Amino acid sequence: VHRFIGCAAIVSRVLGSFKNGSPQPRNFIREMQTVTLIPGDGIGPEISNAVMKIFEAANAPIEWEERNVTAIKGPGGKWMIPPDAKESMDRNKIGLKGPLKTPIAAGHPSMNLLLRKTFDLYANVRPCVSIEGYKTPYTDVNLVTIRENTEGEYSGIEHLIVDGVVQSIKLITEQASERIAEYAFEYARNNQRASVTAVHKANIMRMSDGLFLRKCREAAEKHKDVKFTEMYLDTVCLNMVQDPTQFDVLVMPNLYGDILSDLCAGLIGGLGVTPSGNIGANGVAIFESVHGTAPDIAGKDFANPTALLLSAVMMLRHMGLHSHGKKIETACFDTIRDKKVLTKDLGGNSKCSEFTEAICQKVRDMD
Amino acid sequence: IVVYGGRHTVTLIPGDGIGPELLNHVREVFRFSCVPVDFEVVHVNSALETDDDMNNAITAIRRNGVALKGNIETKHTLPASVKSRNNVLRTSLDLYANVMHCQSLPGVQTRHKNIDIMIIRENTEGEYSSLEHESVSGVVESLKIITRNNSLRIAEYAFQLARDKGRRRVTAVHKANIMKLGDGLFLQCCKEVASGYPDITFDSMIVDNTTMQLVSKPQQFDVMVMPNLYGNVVSNVCAGLVGGPGLVPGANYGRDYAVFETATRNTGKSIAGRNIANPTALLLASCMMLDHLELNDHATSIRNAVLTTMNETRLHTADIGGQGTTLEVVQSIMRIIQSKGQLTSEF
Repeated sequence: VHRFIGCAAIVSRVLGSFKNGSPQPRNFIREMQTVTLIPGDGIGPEISNAVMKIFEAANAPIEWEERNVTAIKGPGGKWMIPPDAKESMDRNKIGLKGPLKTPIAAGHPSMNLLLRKTFDLYANVRPCVSIEGYKTPYTDVNLVTIRENTEGEYSGIEHLIVDGVVQSIKLITEQASERIAEYAFEYARNNQRASVTAVHKANIMRMSDGLFLRKCREAAEKHKDVKFTEMYLDTVCLNMVQDPTQFDVLVMPNLYGDILSDLCAGLIGGLGVTPSGNIGANGVAIFESVHGTAPDIAGKDFANPTALLLSAVMMLRHMGLHSHGKKIETACFDTIRDKKVLTKDLGGNSKCSEFTEAICQKVRDMD
Repeated sequence: IVVYGGRHTVTLIPGDGIGPELLNHVREVFRFSCVPVDFEVVHVNSALETDDDMNNAITAIRRNGVALKGNIETKHTLPASVKSRNNVLRTSLDLYANVMHCQSLPGVQTRHKNIDIMIIRENTEGEYSSLEHESVSGVVESLKIITRNNSLRIAEYAFQLARDKGRRRVTAVHKANIMKLGDGLFLQCCKEVASGYPDITFDSMIVDNTTMQLVSKPQQFDVMVMPNLYGNVVSNVCAGLVGGPGLVPGANYGRDYAVFETATRNTGKSIAGRNIANPTALLLASCMMLDHLELNDHATSIRNAVLTTMNETRLHTADIGGQGTTLEVVQSIMRIIQSKGQLTSEF
């Protein structure tokens, strides 16, 4: 099957929103592109259905290949994801994923961790943009957090040295730091972002964060068109809650990224409205909603599909399908701004299906 | 605590950036209010790689028992063997509890109101252990150390403080789902201590969720206890929420010594020497110090004057949206102290 990406999007690794949205010329000759869809658990299936419906209403040239991801024991006793899921992702390269539950004491590592390791998803990217119509104390937030996702404080290496003394190891390598730094600058360049800020604590962790910082500086040298600054983690936190508009692209090691990306999600309204993308080696990219599975409302048509939908929009942009991405995103934001049909968590009384239909209607009206 | 002839001697470390000028203002206010405190000034030169300056400072604090300090700059381009001087001070004196009280001030415009959070942060270990090595070229390990002793100690401090101040809930902040052994141990110790305080509610929250909750609903938090790095993050978030680094005082307590400073420990290099820095945080820190020295009347007098200038006179420096200079704010504070009829010396 020929994959025919139209003239405008030559290997565009574009993720997220343009700061001054310039639409790409429409592609007339387009074949369907297949994307691996992992609905997930809890509310996963219903929000995935919502996304598929909206994509259909928008005539997005996407074909969904559904796969389930559970942990199975492979030959040799190592935990892995089902081979058909892996094969599908390796073939399609692009995936969209709903929330996966992490069972306690199941004997296997979390599914998210498994996916990360399987596809070497080294960069977690979260664009945080204030949603007009969903009021938070913070307006005009427009920043992107890029988090190194494979090492750092989450290396999982811990020891009980003697009784009552525990050591957790934070691992920083030259290779991973270089990779994430390069990615951050490329992202900034591809998305017309003006600056990249490295977030660190090299005053305290001189060698580890120092190495990370050095690699960021080296990448900055190679991308002189993007402004580079460095800031202590605590200073970022202090300034972020006072004036988030001063930040653009932030790049940082794993733990700081975890904390800051959730802090920024909190600024725009929480995990229910925040998109997220994971970039892996070999061109693999998996976009996901980062909220939980919400088992208490699963199957009751209460869920809010916004986070998964916005992640799917990120995915469209990554694939070069900017006009479809823009159309769907606008329909979603307009629906929220209208405040007539909103799910409960957004302050309304409507069902998930009603909210979805409202967005579909707006999408159809745009054509 | 050193008292001689009714006067206390306190070590003063001016530090870098805005430290020297603001501490001069503190001394001025003390002199004006006839506070019976003499300052022994010890300078630490952050550009030097030797430890002599720091050793002198630490010895002086051991001698006097109490110190007031500005932040000492850490040039992180120096090799890893030259550690952060502020950190060295904290660990050498075993100042295990960093305490910060974040309160919304009526005179300061912020997005969130009615914040009243006490943050107790473990101050000596965790990610700040300064134990790093390069195993092979390009592979660096940094050790985060959590011990049962220090975790119990800080938890005990938090619950005792909560009880003393009549607070009702203590929340432990952690990442034990990922750092199962390290933060798991910390959480376990908090739970153990909590069982000895049935009058106080204990719960826990994962750090990333905590920051998300802080920026949306900070009023839900009462007392928070956590290991070192999360303490760094949470205290800076909270300081930002109530109006910024110029407002909140911080205290570092050990068994034998106490050191007072601003809560967010900023050097403020870019605003140094321009008469625009906010003197509030350091003045309030000096009041905390006066309470520690049991000079409560002086503490209250100065604190009230600072808060009156902030909330009633509304004379604000630039960092909180005003146009007053540092000197104007300090003079306003001194005028209010004088107007209350207490003994003061000349302006």
